[in-house]
Amino acid sequence: MQRLISILLENEPGALARVAGLFSARGYNIESLSVAPTEDPTMSRLTLATNGDDAVIEQITKQLHKLIDVIRLVDLTDGRYVERELMLIKVRASEPWRDGVRHLAEIFRGRILDVAGSSFVIELTGSRQKLDAFIDALDERCILEVVRSGAMGVGRGDRSLRA
Amino acid sequence: MELTGAEIVVRFLKDHGVRYIFGYPGGAVLHIYDALYKQKDVEHILVRHEQGATHMADGYARVTGQAGVVLVTSGPGATNAVTGIATAHMDSAPMVVITGQVPRHAIGSDAFQEVDCVGITRPCVKHNYLVKDAGSLARTLREAFYVAESGRPGPVVVDVPKDVTADRAWYEYPAEVSLRSYNPVTRGHPYQIRQAADLILSARRPMVYTGGGVVLGDASEPLVELTRFLGYPITNTLMGLGAYPGTDPQFVGMLGMHGTYEANMAMHECDVLIAIGARFDDRVVGDPKQFCPHARIVHVDIDPSSISKTIQVDVPIVGPVRGILEELLAALGESNRRPDEAALKAWWKRIDGWRGNDCLRYERGSDLIKPQYVVEKLYEVTDGEAFVTSDVGQHQMWAAQFYPFAKPRRWVNSGGLGTMGFGLPAAMGVQFAYPDAPVACITGEGSIVMCIQELSCAKQYRLPIKVVNLNNRYLGMVRQWQEFMYENRESESYLDSLPDFVKLAESFGHVGMLVERPGDVEGALREAFALRDRLVFMDFITDQSENVYPMMMAGKGQTDMVLRELA
Repeated sequence: MQRLISILLENEPGALARVAGLFSARGYNIESLSVAPTEDPTMSRLTLATNGDDAVIEQITKQLHKLIDVIRLVDLTDGRYVERELMLIKVRASEPWRDGVRHLAEIFRGRILDVAGSSFVIELTGSRQKLDAFIDALDERCILEVVRSGAMGVGRGDRSLRA
Repeated sequence: MELTGAEIVVRFLKDHGVRYIFGYPGGAVLHIYDALYKQKDVEHILVRHEQGATHMADGYARVTGQAGVVLVTSGPGATNAVTGIATAHMDSAPMVVITGQVPRHAIGSDAFQEVDCVGITRPCVKHNYLVKDAGSLARTLREAFYVAESGRPGPVVVDVPKDVTADRAWYEYPAEVSLRSYNPVTRGHPYQIRQAADLILSARRPMVYTGGGVVLGDASEPLVELTRFLGYPITNTLMGLGAYPGTDPQFVGMLGMHGTYEANMAMHECDVLIAIGARFDDRVVGDPKQFCPHARIVHVDIDPSSISKTIQVDVPIVGPVRGILEELLAALGESNRRPDEAALKAWWKRIDGWRGNDCLRYERGSDLIKPQYVVEKLYEVTDGEAFVTSDVGQHQMWAAQFYPFAKPRRWVNSGGLGTMGFGLPAAMGVQFAYPDAPVACITGEGSIVMCIQELSCAKQYRLPIKVVNLNNRYLGMVRQWQEFMYENRESESYLDSLPDFVKLAESFGHVGMLVERPGDVEGALREAFALRDRLVFMDFITDQSENVYPMMMAGKGQTDMVLRELA
């Protein structure tokens, strides 16, 4: 099952390597990883998309907890949460695709950030599924570059992950 | 007071009560060695190879419960230490390893003797640090000891660049230590403890299965009390031997791959399994699908990730074993239920039936020295009171099977990583901790040469260790697997061109003995232990064809054991 795990991590050199190393050493998958400092510069917030059955996910969360640099973590998929991912996608915008691409971007509420003679750069945010759907809807011959941030998430309502 | 980084390191170790550091000098740690030279409080033990330093510190840690301390230089000093660090990590031994590093400005430049020590050791430590400035040295070292010794213990590496040891900073011993991201559980959950008590008292065919966690958690006393109160059978893992007296009638022997028939059968047939400080290792479990098929399981462990890792359990209790066992005892006492006497009697009858198999029997009256006989005689000669270390292989299993330990922290071996070369330096660490105690290293001619250089260190510090070399001219466990699983194709398991161990020991300044006949075994051991101030290397020429029995085949069920057939 797809899981989104959110982690508060000490903002120390090597802390990210401990998380990544744990996944490779124990044979777990990382589908995507996004990390940046929080309002408190001593802490980073890391969102990790992974998959596995319940026993695997339980081990992943326990093993993550064991890392001294992990302050707190939550499996967002255990409750209600909001998920977003940012994608920058460069597409061929020469004829015959130019209008079709623009139209599709509008439908997906994408913003065109850069317009050149033969290409557009489109910014799109949404759930991973929405971004996947946009890519699927495009003619694959017109995709030049796909840059995705990895999924980020936050619990809804009173669900907060704080130190 | 203001001190240099090097002085802070040494002063901190003194203030923290560290008696010995095991190390080897080199360029990046020369400032620290200079600071060591100028004081007398912390004694430095000069090893002959950094792997030896880590195993010595490990041996010291396992018998004292305090972190062993290692000091090595950058680059090869650090990489040589890695095997010992991983060994300590797998067996949860507390250790603090201080490694030198090239100066800060040279880090990342492929400088002489530079290696990414924090990167290399990351997967085999509990935690590690790269110290960035002299001002944070004392706090980092304090944290390192706290992390190494608390919770589930383990090794911690502190990598210190050379220029940090030259810089000056204010020093004060940090009295307090706290980490926002690390707070080991200090108490088991009372509800879970009551649930466990209910399940334990409902058992008709109970089994107590305990591991190294009971030894590390100093929980032997409440374990003995609990087991006697219940009257239940108990087995120990390889790492847990000594936590329950090995000669007690309730003890059914070690379990697992080379465990006793009765222990493995009782595990397989039990209806309630009480697992304490044990981690359901593959050498215990075999095939997880066939493991304890009838049992509901209580699992006490300080490490939440040990729970339901390979085997799903019914009543987990996370926390320090000692406190939990004390509370469990109280809960059992308060309950108005009592163990089911009739069911228990029938259960013991079945266990005694399995015991009747006499699974550890071996041929007596052979003209060749049987390795089991040597260990039995060692037990007799030392009145079961010795500290025993081992290397890895057949001799390790015979030591575990034939030396019934009466107390915890007497048996020191590399159970998790299985590191050949561990035994001799570990024995030396034990002897530093207990200078007057008898310390034996049971080893084989394969393992012993992997850290043989430490005989030189043993001479320098006059450590009167007794080395029991069970010499069968084979990598015995490899040969045994080749006999059982590869139709006797002895691929690279015969050790040709062995040294003359007597002369080798003598060349290092020790006493060497060659023992070739069964009738000479006991005399040799008595003579060796009478030499109280000398290291004695006893080379026992043993039966080459001897195998370790019983043997639960890897990945098979618990009842799938190969037993010895005797004429």
